[in-house]
Amino acid sequence: MNMIVDSVQGPSKISAKALDVHYGEKQALFGVDLQIRAGEVTALIGPSGCGKSTFLRCVNRMNDLVEGARVSGSLTLDGTDIYDRIIDVVQLRARVGMVFQKPNPFPKSIYDNVAYGPRIHGLAQDQAELDEIVMTSLEKAGLLNEVKDRLQESGTGLSGGQQQRLCIARAIAVEPEVILMDEPCSALDPIATAKVEELIDELRENFTIVIVTHSMQQAARVSQRTAFFHLGKLIEVGDTEQIFTNPQHPLTQGYITGRFG
Amino acid sequence: MSDHTVKSYDEELAYLTSILARMGGIAEAQFAAAVQALAKRDDDLAQRVIAGDSRIDELDQEIQTFAVRLLALRQPMASDLRQIVSALNISGEIERIGDYAANLGKRCLILNHLPVTAPVAGVIRLAELVRGLVKDILDAYLERDVAKAIRVWSRDEEVDEMYNGVFRDLIAQMTEDSGTITASTHLLFIAKNIERIGDHATNIAETLHFQIVGTPPKGMRPKGNTIGASE
Repeated sequence: MNMIVDSVQGPSKISAKALDVHYGEKQALFGVDLQIRAGEVTALIGPSGCGKSTFLRCVNRMNDLVEGARVSGSLTLDGTDIYDRIIDVVQLRARVGMVFQKPNPFPKSIYDNVAYGPRIHGLAQDQAELDEIVMTSLEKAGLLNEVKDRLQESGTGLSGGQQQRLCIARAIAVEPEVILMDEPCSALDPIATAKVEELIDELRENFTIVIVTHSMQQAARVSQRTAFFHLGKLIEVGDTEQIFTNPQHPLTQGYITGRFG
Repeated sequence: MSDHTVKSYDEELAYLTSILARMGGIAEAQFAAAVQALAKRDDDLAQRVIAGDSRIDELDQEIQTFAVRLLALRQPMASDLRQIVSALNISGEIERIGDYAANLGKRCLILNHLPVTAPVAGVIRLAELVRGLVKDILDAYLERDVAKAIRVWSRDEEVDEMYNGVFRDLIAQMTEDSGTITASTHLLFIAKNIERIGDHATNIAETLHFQIVGTPPKGMRPKGNTIGASE
């Protein structure tokens, strides 16, 4: 089975070449070659255990936290090797933000949730500047109007959809270049999901976004590029429109039409 | 292609194909009957063709409704999406073929009661050629045979050439004997409608190519001049 090679070449923000990941004895990714372009939303799809989340977690070195995880091959961000020894992981994660499946606001005020990153990275000179960052981030996350009168209330008191947008505000407050999203809407109702999807569409102007999703419709709605993983291999990557109307690989075809046997 | 995890989805797609097959079969029979009514000057048969068109229209409606339902409820992707969109498209093409067959029936009734007739052999030959194309494209649809579809697609030029021949002959006929102008004009319209049935068969071929391969057929279709007024 040959991988369908992606023919489109633009400037890549993230570039994986022959990327292998092992968890102990078990190999989770097999020689993945994937270019992720700046200013686009790339969706990673595939059945559970296909390696899409593993790939996502390589990009900000979340896999470092998993015992026995080994990464080999090449993975670069703007041409710099993400796994180079000289890379400061804290700095890397400031450049590559992440939003998780379940909204996970800190048990702090709405304001402090967003201010947390800028504070630890020393992004604000004074209180006024910090206020500015918090308000702008909430605004960009489409949450400001809903919370501006209760910034000191706890972030955990918000609805699920609002919490997720708070997490997105928190992620963008440190001005990352890349935002990774691991099934960001799976715990949200359709209205909250639509708001997050609308937000993703706005954010792609300023950020490179990689989203893992189990919802094919969501991948189709929010992404410009779609990559399909199966059993740790990248099977096919292409323009989202092409993947969902005319996939080239039978496995992609089988998966997206619901014919996996 | 293996089956869907959800079996009822397979059944629905198969049902969609089966209504389309039924509709195609009826349109084919309607067209054949209309041609026969013309050749045999058979009023009864022509009447039956005119009355029979409503069955095609009903099936077209059924396909439109069912396909929209599938789009809404299954949110089809990839080959499923192409199959459903193609069914909508092809149903429309077959419906037009049915309309032309009914129109042929109507003109047949008029021709049969004209005091002066004109020779119909050329028109019948054209109709036989186009009937072959319609049959082949409907077979290709059921067999999902893209090569057969391409053959139909590339044969449309033959239809155009034969149509131009018929056109010239009918003009010559009218010039020679002005008494046949009314009959010949009806035959001209009949020939034009038959030529258009051929165009619809070609459209189905293109849609079928898209359904199976995912893209329209490559290159320009060999296309003759069908304005009629050739050199």
